[in-house]
Amino acid sequence: MTTRSRVDGQATALADEYVSYYNRRILKPPTWRAASIGGYLYLGGLAGASSVFAAGGQLTGRPGLARAGKAAALVGIGLSLAALVEDLGRPERFLHMLRTFKPTSPMSVGSWLLASYAPLVGVSLLTDLTGRFPFTGRAACYGAAILGPAVTTYTAVLISDTAVPAWHEGHREMPFLFAGSATATAAGSAMIAAPPSENGPARRAAVLGTALELGAGWLMRRRMGMIAGAYEHGRAGVLMRTGEALAVAGAVGAVLCGRRRAAAVASGAALMAASACIRLGVFSAGVASSEDPAYTVVPQRARLASPETTYA
Amino acid sequence: MAMKDFLGRWPVLRQLTGPDRCGLGAAVRSKKTDELRSRVATADRVVKSICPYCAVGCGQNVYVSGEKVVQIEGDPDSPISRGRLCPKGSASLQLTTGPGRERSVLYRRPYGTEWEQLDLDTAMRMVADRVVRTRRETWQEHCDGKRVARTMGIASLGGATLDNEENYLIKKLMTGLGVVQVENQARVCHSSTVTGLGTSFGRGGSTTFMQDLQHSDCIIIEGSNFAEAHPVGFQWVMEAKLRGATVIHVDPHFSRTSAMADLFVPIRAGTDIAFLGAIINHVLSEGKDFREYVLNYTNAACVVSDEFADSEDLDGVFSGWDPETRTYDVGTWQYKGPRVQTVSGRRLRLDEYHQPGRSEAHGSGGAPVTPYAERDETLSHPRCVYQILKRHFSRYTPEVVERTCGIPPETFARVCDALTSNSGPDRTSAFAYAVGWTQHSVGTQYIRTASILQLLLGNIGRPGGGIMALRGHASIQGSSDIPTLYNLLPGYIPMPYAHTDENLDDFVEVITTQKGFWADARHYVVSLLKAYYGDAATADNDFCFGHLPRLTGSHSTYDTTFAQLDGVCKGFFLFGENPAVGSANARLQRLGMANLDWLVVRDFALIESATWWKDGREIRTGELRTEEIGTEVFFFPAASHTEKNGTFTNTNRLLQWHHAAVEPSGDCRSDLWFVYHLGRMVRERLAGSAEPYDRAILDLAWDYPVEGELREPSAEAVLREVNGYGPDGELLSSYMRLRGDGSTSCGCWIYCGVFADGVNQAARRKPHTEQSWVSHEWGWAWPLNRRTLYNRASADPDGNPWSARKAYVWWDADLGRWTGHDIPDFIDDRPPDYRPPADAQGPDALSGIDAFIMQGDGKGWLYAPAGLMDGPLPVHYEPQDTPCENPLYRAYPRNPARLLYDRPGNRYHPVASKVYPYVVTTYRLTEHFTAGGMSRWLPYLSELQPEMFCEVSPELAEERLLEHGDWATIISARGAIEAKVLITDRMPSLRLDGRVVHQIGLPYHYGPNGCATGDPANELTSIVLDPNADIQETKACTADIQPGRRPRGPGLNRLVETFRRRAGMYEPTRQEV
Amino acid sequence: MTTRLPQVQEETGYERHPPRMGFFTDTSICIGCKACEVACKEWNQLPADPPFTFTGLSFDNTEQLSASTWRHVAFVEQRKPMRAGAGDGSGDLRWLMASDVCKHCTDAACLDVCPTGSLFRTEFGTVVVQSDICNGCGYCVSACPYGVIDKREDDGLAWKCTLCYDRIGDGLTPACAQACPTQSIQYGELDDLLDRAAARVEALHQDGVTDARLYGHDPGDGVRGNGAFFLLLDRPEVYGLPPAPKVTTRDLPAMWRHAGLAALTLAATIATAFAAASFEFGGARPARVRK
Ligand SMILES: Nc1nc2c(c(=O)[nH]1)N[C@H]1C(S)=C(S)[C@@H](COP(=O)(O)OP(=O)(O)OC[C@H]3O[C@@H](n4cnc5c(=O)[nH]c(N)nc54)[C@H](O)[C@@H]3O)O[C@H]1N2
Ligand SMILES: Nc1nc2c(c(=O)[nH]1)N[C@H]1C(S)=C(S)[C@@H](COP(=O)(O)OP(=O)(O)OC[C@H]3O[C@@H](n4cnc5c(=O)[nH]c(N)nc54)[C@H](O)[C@@H]3O)O[C@H]1N2
Ligand code: SF4
Ligand code: SF4
Ligand code: SF4
Ligand code: SF4
Ligand code: SF4
Ligand SMILES: [Mo]
Repeated sequence: MTTRSRVDGQATALADEYVSYYNRRILKPPTWRAASIGGYLYLGGLAGASSVFAAGGQLTGRPGLARAGKAAALVGIGLSLAALVEDLGRPERFLHMLRTFKPTSPMSVGSWLLASYAPLVGVSLLTDLTGRFPFTGRAACYGAAILGPAVTTYTAVLISDTAVPAWHEGHREMPFLFAGSATATAAGSAMIAAPPSENGPARRAAVLGTALELGAGWLMRRRMGMIAGAYEHGRAGVLMRTGEALAVAGAVGAVLCGRRRAAAVASGAALMAASACIRLGVFSAGVASSEDPAYTVVPQRARLASPETTYA
Repeated sequence: MAMKDFLGRWPVLRQLTGPDRCGLGAAVRSKKTDELRSRVATADRVVKSICPYCAVGCGQNVYVSGEKVVQIEGDPDSPISRGRLCPKGSASLQLTTGPGRERSVLYRRPYGTEWEQLDLDTAMRMVADRVVRTRRETWQEHCDGKRVARTMGIASLGGATLDNEENYLIKKLMTGLGVVQVENQARVCHSSTVTGLGTSFGRGGSTTFMQDLQHSDCIIIEGSNFAEAHPVGFQWVMEAKLRGATVIHVDPHFSRTSAMADLFVPIRAGTDIAFLGAIINHVLSEGKDFREYVLNYTNAACVVSDEFADSEDLDGVFSGWDPETRTYDVGTWQYKGPRVQTVSGRRLRLDEYHQPGRSEAHGSGGAPVTPYAERDETLSHPRCVYQILKRHFSRYTPEVVERTCGIPPETFARVCDALTSNSGPDRTSAFAYAVGWTQHSVGTQYIRTASILQLLLGNIGRPGGGIMALRGHASIQGSSDIPTLYNLLPGYIPMPYAHTDENLDDFVEVITTQKGFWADARHYVVSLLKAYYGDAATADNDFCFGHLPRLTGSHSTYDTTFAQLDGVCKGFFLFGENPAVGSANARLQRLGMANLDWLVVRDFALIESATWWKDGREIRTGELRTEEIGTEVFFFPAASHTEKNGTFTNTNRLLQWHHAAVEPSGDCRSDLWFVYHLGRMVRERLAGSAEPYDRAILDLAWDYPVEGELREPSAEAVLREVNGYGPDGELLSSYMRLRGDGSTSCGCWIYCGVFADGVNQAARRKPHTEQSWVSHEWGWAWPLNRRTLYNRASADPDGNPWSARKAYVWWDADLGRWTGHDIPDFIDDRPPDYRPPADAQGPDALSGIDAFIMQGDGKGWLYAPAGLMDGPLPVHYEPQDTPCENPLYRAYPRNPARLLYDRPGNRYHPVASKVYPYVVTTYRLTEHFTAGGMSRWLPYLSELQPEMFCEVSPELAEERLLEHGDWATIISARGAIEAKVLITDRMPSLRLDGRVVHQIGLPYHYGPNGCATGDPANELTSIVLDPNADIQETKACTADIQPGRRPRGPGLNRLVETFRRRAGMYEPTRQEV
Repeated sequence: MTTRLPQVQEETGYERHPPRMGFFTDTSICIGCKACEVACKEWNQLPADPPFTFTGLSFDNTEQLSASTWRHVAFVEQRKPMRAGAGDGSGDLRWLMASDVCKHCTDAACLDVCPTGSLFRTEFGTVVVQSDICNGCGYCVSACPYGVIDKREDDGLAWKCTLCYDRIGDGLTPACAQACPTQSIQYGELDDLLDRAAARVEALHQDGVTDARLYGHDPGDGVRGNGAFFLLLDRPEVYGLPPAPKVTTRDLPAMWRHAGLAALTLAATIATAFAAASFEFGGARPARVRK
């Protein structure tokens, strides 16, 4: 894919000070589409955390919550896989993901993870719905719950293990942000789908998850230095701010809604939307940071200038 | 089994069982990867070829699989290119196999609006019919009472992209038909090189070869964009630079060549004589000339006749000027001494010699001159050449350089220093130039100035020295040598003139010199006539000399344009040339074609010269209407270099054979095929004719063996004919074996030896790694495989090398012959101390120090006592269109002898016109080729420079409110074009004579057809010619520039008209003589 | 002696292998002819990139490396003399030209992250895409710290320079290096190329061109050095190169650690939520337990 731009009127043939070559980007922006890969990140998180809710529900005798979790996990994982496949240049070669197992590739690790996780989710919901093979069903449910958290956080590694400044520089906090976000969104979905009588854990998790999400996000940007700008400006900024506002609203709602169904649904929806916005915001910030050469050059220059530069 | 296979290749298993645990390398390879091979390694065969673009002549390997060319890349064995190719050479596969190529014959009937399909046979028959008819209708037996035996109704243009064999056959057929208007790119490209170098040294080719530049200590590139126009040849400049040489680039614009130079010197286009003249002045006044060299090898000591008066004394003209005819009586320029004599003893009337176009006949043999001029070995005689030179250039000072060229004195001094400190016995400097020098109304004299300078510094004939004339197309040197030019027969034998050359004896007498190899002119002429007319040529019938059509003046391609406009020329062949884009004043080129009865275009793609009737600019402006144009147009798709055998002659004067790799497909045919079969069909139609004027064509020796299903004539057979046969039918090895009695035949005497020993010497390909840098066993160079011309001068008068470092060719007293790295360009066994007796003739008259063996006096010419139409010494004249006054000569600010065509559509700008205030110069880009036929249809080249643009300085942009990346319109009295604006410091605005002169730089490759498009620069240029060579001034003109796009439709002509009116040009501008 | 770049083939399962091969691109002798761009397209039969429009970026109309342009020549015009403190009238302009290409990193991010094994390390130490394997996931595109590899829209696959794997396997020179008129692109054993490069920098410094520097030659850098390294005449970013790129997989262990911790945090958070929920309404237990 080549991007050809017409001269923008700004560019002169002769510029004395360069941030980069004609101030053009140095990196290639992600080829991923926001809808599919943003959706994939979001839905994977929803699935993974929902599996934990499902197990919790199962363990603590909240069948409604458990079933809601199982369903959300399956829908989440199903759609996320669909989004992933859809984003491939050659969808029919999806199975090439299992040609090899590469510990250096989060996507490869993730593929194997999903390959084990998705069937468990399927089995656990199917057995729940049909009532057959309950033992297998319970085992599958616990299995999915063990893998679930990994499913939610490996995607953070996936995007952080790139040259995209706004992603890579957040690699420490990103998994926590994802974990928090997944927790909140799964909680939100549980608040919507589970009977109000069983949504106590979800409401509490919503608050904790949101706190984690916002806290990790804040810390991440603080540690990123100038790259945080990618999260503050443009589309990413709008998404992040909207997401954060919704998250706070959702969390407050979760605290206050009690067993009122409608309020729970509203707060749940707010939480889910918040999380979606934040995931998309992270995605957009990544794209923006790869488009602007300053995010590549300035930190690297600083790194070169600092006496104790080590690459290890 | 399948399962096991699958599992065996499953990377996960291989990771677990093999060393590549992480799956990063060996474990994850696919089967396809394991089996990967390159398509060159698996090709059926490799065919040796030569790049078809430029005159560097890079070697190519053509890979063929399943009778398809699958890859073309550099031939590592080539001593010139060492396997490298520039972007054009690298795109040859797309050129030859890409979608841009047309593969069927197309026909446009008179007044037709669309192309129609026609089968090849029918088309050939139709063309043959038209040739016969037009020839009959326009036959001219006499003109002004003199026999001319010709037709002015037919013309042919093109040849520099073709093989020598094809050019040979075109000229032969056209001459047989009585067509004199035969021209090719050599006219518009480097014709002034032939006249400039030819009169200076005796041969019109580059004095050196590109590989030898690596031995230069200083290289001045001036008038050439070496790195862009000859990129692979430029490796030898880089080689020299890596060895410590100083590289200087003198040019109006900072190009990719300048970027590589140690010193870039910006110069106003059209002022090089002032610059070089000032260096000459510096050398002479500081006594920095290489005295021993100058004294022995140049004509410095010759005394000039008392009648001679210098331009310095006559305010810009020399003695002999006739303002009525605007020509010189050149007799006053001669040496003092016995007047020029011919072999028969008759005193030659110089005006017999001085005909339009004759200067170019010095392409291989100097002008007639007395071989025994009075000499003053002390160089102090006031009328000796040395002193004349000194006086002539004394006014060319650094201040004049600054005022004229815009070059500050410090920069000028740096150039002088670099050049003089790198010349002498132990060091050599080279000049490299190309069409930045040739395309001026004083083009010849530009090259003369450099020749004088290099002679003074002792840099000619020596390793690392010389003047590298960088020729243009793949075979443009060849199309000058075996010319498709109106004024030349093969080997620089002039075409006969109606007035003087009634019969063979008269003709030979005029062109024969007393001294040197041109004394044998009769041998060359008769052998040529034997090659042309075979058995029909006998001593009794003057060897059919009477069959040759006669000239009556200049019949250059531009004269043909006017002949078309005037309705005289009715039929036109374009053998690979695109005048609608590439020739000066493109609009007149198209209007001329619109006035034809028929036009034959042979090319790869539908170039602008083939489609002007349909979508040309005049159709769009409403000036012409397709339905009203009567021209019948035939388009024949041409075969490419990979589809035919033949030789190209590159800029090293080197003939290189390229082998056909595959057969052409569809209707594509070689030009050899076309010309041969056209000739055959015409002759069939005329067979049995009793008309006397049909004899010339029927007597032509026209049977060449044909090969294969396509009945392709054998190119080798043609090359053999060019080489020449001896009395027993044996292939000759040297022109010294030619005879004037009809016992030998030779199609081009200077190429005699290319088939020596029955071996195609041009096809030799001994790798450069197995021979010296001179690489004599790679191809074959004229003359007689010598690579550095005049290399006798690389030794001192006693025959010893000037220095160990610069040893090249020297006299071996023990062997009694010349020896060294090159083939001596001298008589093998002539001792250095030999002095001829006063009555010696021909080669015997050459002394042991006559290093310039083709000159009538054996010397390099600082002063040209004959041979040129506009002066024996160069003078700084302003270009035709100029924003500046001439600071040196008030009465004659421009070349007084230049050829003017002040006709409607070709108006010249008033001097220093405020309406056209900016200098315009045109040039090339690495990524495109000439008028674009070979680059604009190729996506790979088009994407690299996709649109027409103009380069302007930030100052000019500010003055005219131009925006970077936006459009601008550039307007001259001839036309207007639009271009995208590139504002850059690389296009300097010059400070001179107390003012700022802005320049506009234009690449000239673009046209409306193809993938990369834009307006042609030649809409702006005018037809004004150098009088020696008929070359146009496309390197320096003037224009205005305005922001925004040009009008579409009729508004375009109105815009041009408005400007003309503002400039007060209601009628022809009166030109000072 | 110059530092050597790792024979990285050994780390990727080639027990016996030819020496590591690569490029030294000496931009100080590049004449900006773009033969490398064309030769590469011609050899690899890559598409040209319409629309054919003028960019105004000096003589650069292809703008960047892409899935269909594997060599790209940058043009930089500067008001700056070539030799430091030249003030000698040699002009105050310089026009830098440089041919960029995939770096064939010792630690190649694209290769590390490729989930299918489409990208692999060859026995020459180069990094190559296998187009029969690639599923177009696009991961490599985001991973490359140099912005080299890209996905093509028509076939959905990732493409980049192969260092002419098909040619060098047959003992041939890569198409771009073979074409390069001035040998600005030099192909060979990396060890030899490093020596040549060091000598060249030295010579340029002697000649007053103090701006000359190498880029990508250092095994101690963020990608353990490049299989295609450069001699530049200005800071890397002037040519569109990152000044100090780093392979991101260096941080992968840390990332996994953080991800693991985050996963545990998630599990713990939800567990906490369940635990906290059990005290709701005075420790009311869910129905099933009550039963
Ligand atoms: N890439 C490429 N290569 C080519 C060709 C091509 O079209 N494209 N064409 C081939 C052909 S046909 C030819 S003839 C050669 C031509 O080769 P060159 O002569 O090198 O080509 P140009 O760029 O036309 O002109 C050379 C230089 O002359 C400068 N110039 C213009 N006017 C003057 C002047 O008055 N004085 C001085 N000193 N310089 C001046 C221009 O600025 C330009 O830099 O190239 C051949 N090679
Ligand atoms: N303003 C300006 N004008 C100029 C110049 C300039 O510098 N400035 N330069 C001048 C110079 S130096 C030149 S040489 C001319 C060039 O001008 P032209 O010669 O008109 O331009 P080309 O595009 O080279 O035309 C050659 C044609 O031959 C075709 N061809 C190639 N091979 C073959 C073959 O084997 N057979 C046949 N039949 N056709 C073939 C090509 O496709 C191409 O269309 O332009 C001149 N005009
Ligand atoms: S165009 Fe000229 S320099 Fe380029 S490859 Fe062909 S012959 Fe060589
Ligand atoms: S430069 Fe980019 S594409 Fe090339 S090997 Fe390194 S990481 Fe991969
Ligand atoms: S796009 Fe292809 S090469 Fe790149 S990471 Fe994905 S599978 Fe590998
Ligand atoms: S090595 Fe081959 S694939 Fe890579 S840029 Fe050069 S020509 Fe293209
Ligand atoms: S081929 Fe060589 S000289 Fe030409 S642009 Fe590429 S690297 Fe530079
Ligand atoms: Mo030319």
